Amino acid sequence: MEAANDAAGAGTEPRDIVRLMDLACDAPLDETLWYVREIVEDSDFPTVRKWTEAGGKVLGHFQVYFPEELAHAAGMLPVKIRGAQMDRREADSHFGSYLCSILRSSLELGLTDRIDLAMFVTHPICDAARNLASIWARNLDSPAQILYLPQNPNSAFAGVYLEGEYGRVLADITEITGHPVTDDDLRASIVVFNDNRRLLRDLYAIKRETPWLLPMDEAYVLVSIGGLITREEHNELLERVLPMILAREARPQDKIRVVFEGGFCEQPPLDLLRSIAQFCYVVDDDFLIGLRWITSDIPTEGAPLQNLAKAYLDESSYSPVQHDLRKPKEKMLLERIRGARADAAIVSAAKMCEPGLDEQVAYSQALDQEDIPYFVTEFEEKMTSFDHLQIQLETFVENLLFQ
Amino acid sequence: MATTTMDEGLVGRGARDGGRLFREWFQTLTEAAESGERAAYVFVMGSMMEILRSFDMHTVFPEINSLQTAVRRVSDEYLSVAEDHGFSPDVCGYVKADYGLQMRGGEHPMGRIPKPSVAVLTNACNTYLKWGEIWERLYEIPIITVDVPGSRRAPGSQAHRAGELERDRQYVEHQIREMIGTLEEVSGRKFDIDRFREVLDFTNQMGRSWRRMMELNANHPAVFDAMQEGTIYLGVANALRGTQAGADYFRDLVEEMEYKVAENISPLVDRDEEHRLIFVGVPCYPIFRRFYQLFTEWGGVFVSSTYMWFASGGLDRDFEYDLDNPIASIAEGMLQSVTGAVDAMLFHDQSLIEAIDRYGADGVVYHPVKSCRTVSTGLADSRRVVLENRDVLCLYIESDMMDKRVVSEAQLKNRIDAFFEGLESRKLRMAASGAAS
Repeated sequence: MEAANDAAGAGTEPRDIVRLMDLACDAPLDETLWYVREIVEDSDFPTVRKWTEAGGKVLGHFQVYFPEELAHAAGMLPVKIRGAQMDRREADSHFGSYLCSILRSSLELGLTDRIDLAMFVTHPICDAARNLASIWARNLDSPAQILYLPQNPNSAFAGVYLEGEYGRVLADITEITGHPVTDDDLRASIVVFNDNRRLLRDLYAIKRETPWLLPMDEAYVLVSIGGLITREEHNELLERVLPMILAREARPQDKIRVVFEGGFCEQPPLDLLRSIAQFCYVVDDDFLIGLRWITSDIPTEGAPLQNLAKAYLDESSYSPVQHDLRKPKEKMLLERIRGARADAAIVSAAKMCEPGLDEQVAYSQALDQEDIPYFVTEFEEKMTSFDHLQIQLETFVENLLFQ
Repeated sequence: MATTTMDEGLVGRGARDGGRLFREWFQTLTEAAESGERAAYVFVMGSMMEILRSFDMHTVFPEINSLQTAVRRVSDEYLSVAEDHGFSPDVCGYVKADYGLQMRGGEHPMGRIPKPSVAVLTNACNTYLKWGEIWERLYEIPIITVDVPGSRRAPGSQAHRAGELERDRQYVEHQIREMIGTLEEVSGRKFDIDRFREVLDFTNQMGRSWRRMMELNANHPAVFDAMQEGTIYLGVANALRGTQAGADYFRDLVEEMEYKVAENISPLVDRDEEHRLIFVGVPCYPIFRRFYQLFTEWGGVFVSSTYMWFASGGLDRDFEYDLDNPIASIAEGMLQSVTGAVDAMLFHDQSLIEAIDRYGADGVVYHPVKSCRTVSTGLADSRRVVLENRDVLCLYIESDMMDKRVVSEAQLKNRIDAFFEGLESRKLRMAASGAAS
């Protein structure tokens, strides 16, 4: 752990890998996947706890996107706050009725000391999430703030603004860590995250090209764990398991290829993903899209904050929570479907998720126009029964297979 | 109860004139729609009315259109059109009512609403952004977003570093200059900066009157109800922003309120003011009059409301446009007004505590609604801070501003009655302890 914190000022020198998973470097694939799944589902966040118990500081950032390179360069562990599947005992009394589950469970993590943050950042991704900064600050000691990612990326000034906003957040981070972050520190972090995003693209290529080798629930946990461990360790994990997945002896089955849309913020239970995987090959999706928001390598030459800002604006994916006239969401979904050669789409939204529910209308209308079959559903992170969904999905799939 | 002789011409003039001006405004929109003219669609938080007026564009406030369908008890007809098109029952009712209105060719209980030629939206409410995207799909019109970075944390909790606010202001100013270019293309007219100055001056006058009016309501008894009359004043403040008529209206309103202060005339017509309340949230429009009566029946008067803070377009803030430097100044005003509006929804606990002291309030009524998560998400939590810091009673009631399916008048009445019983009991206890000492 000390190595991680000390390395913050080490410029472009390679860092020692800080391993937070208790997993042997030569663990077989099945054991690795089982272990990763356990960590992702553990609402006590053992990897994050291990980091803090060793004296490390954690920056928790709410969905969807945060430039984690800033925290990484300062020697903090950036952790994606995306709620958890657990009983809520404290948080519900802080909220009214008509709100999504992820908001409540994320606060529950703080109120019940499951996660110890040195800094919490939320974003105006929706009207509920923006409120989380004030609620967090009123109830928890860790400083909470809003990162205003631009909602007018079409303005010529948006890049200048965002570079400044990243500088502001970085200044807050360095006040917490107590030592400055140089441009070289940032460049070193960009290299690590570029590697990570490349590996995630490789993983998604497996989903797309040979989906029978990687069911959606397994792909999901391999991505999701990245928000809970050091990114170097995640890179190491992916570099080890991706060849093992490609070497699997699995044969294609008669399943339809679908794109899943609606997983950009609140996350469904893994059992729901397994239910879907029984009937479909999910060849692309928007789960945890923030970890994959930047779609190409960020340059390491030049001003790193400017490069990060430019990548957010111009080299990025899409989601219902970003307003960009260049990226109408329904057109982007159609591109995703065509790019993945999908036969159909699952158009989902978390319950009470206003951006997701709004977008379902536009998606459905666009899919109708293009005559692409789709299945509309809602989910909640704490749902436990999937029978109804399974029957509906099975019917949908059979209709497609036998039409 | 006040027993002074009322000047029939003065008392109630604001409500009467407000209604008349509103009807005239809708008539103008109806005539525009019937002659095939289009309008700029805008929102109450960051409407940019001054710039649009300088292009002499008709302006439509879809939020006002939507709430008017609820006040006139027909919102369900509009909501059901949208839900038939796939919108969830759980999303903003304002959006759905507007979608229903668009599907019905602009037909509205107050007239006919023109189609948009352009839409101007801010990020003060995220739903504005989604709403704009709907119009973009329906009409393929330019959607102008003015992105206004708000408070990153509770105001006053951390000082800004050098240059941070100026960077935000520059970002807003840059976007406004880009907007002017787009409006020149849409309207086919050049931007007239002298006309713009004239409009800004009217808004400055309105703001002065607005703040004076709010100040006068600290009187005991209060001189207007911030939920009932306040909603009328908000309507005029938005619809007639930057006009001579708007400036005249609020100047007259101040005259009326000063008269009421001098004569101790309360907004309650048949009883004395018993309880001074602050309203947090958006009113229950599907039963608007009855909702108000549930409080006035007990002698409750809303002396202030967060609604009058966040929906007044910044008139509540002690800010005036600099007519010598109008573009930079409107950027500054936009930054201040939208930030203030968002703070009034997200970070309002300290402002509420100050308002309790300023207005001498006995209770705070929180009304979170299904339709609006911007306003509602933090209310249950901020209530805790207020209760810890001030000896007031708080009422927390949930319903909606549009959807009568989630409005239960009987349940609301039960909760409101219990709240007032608590207030009266507390008053008696305080009187008794005062007498004993």
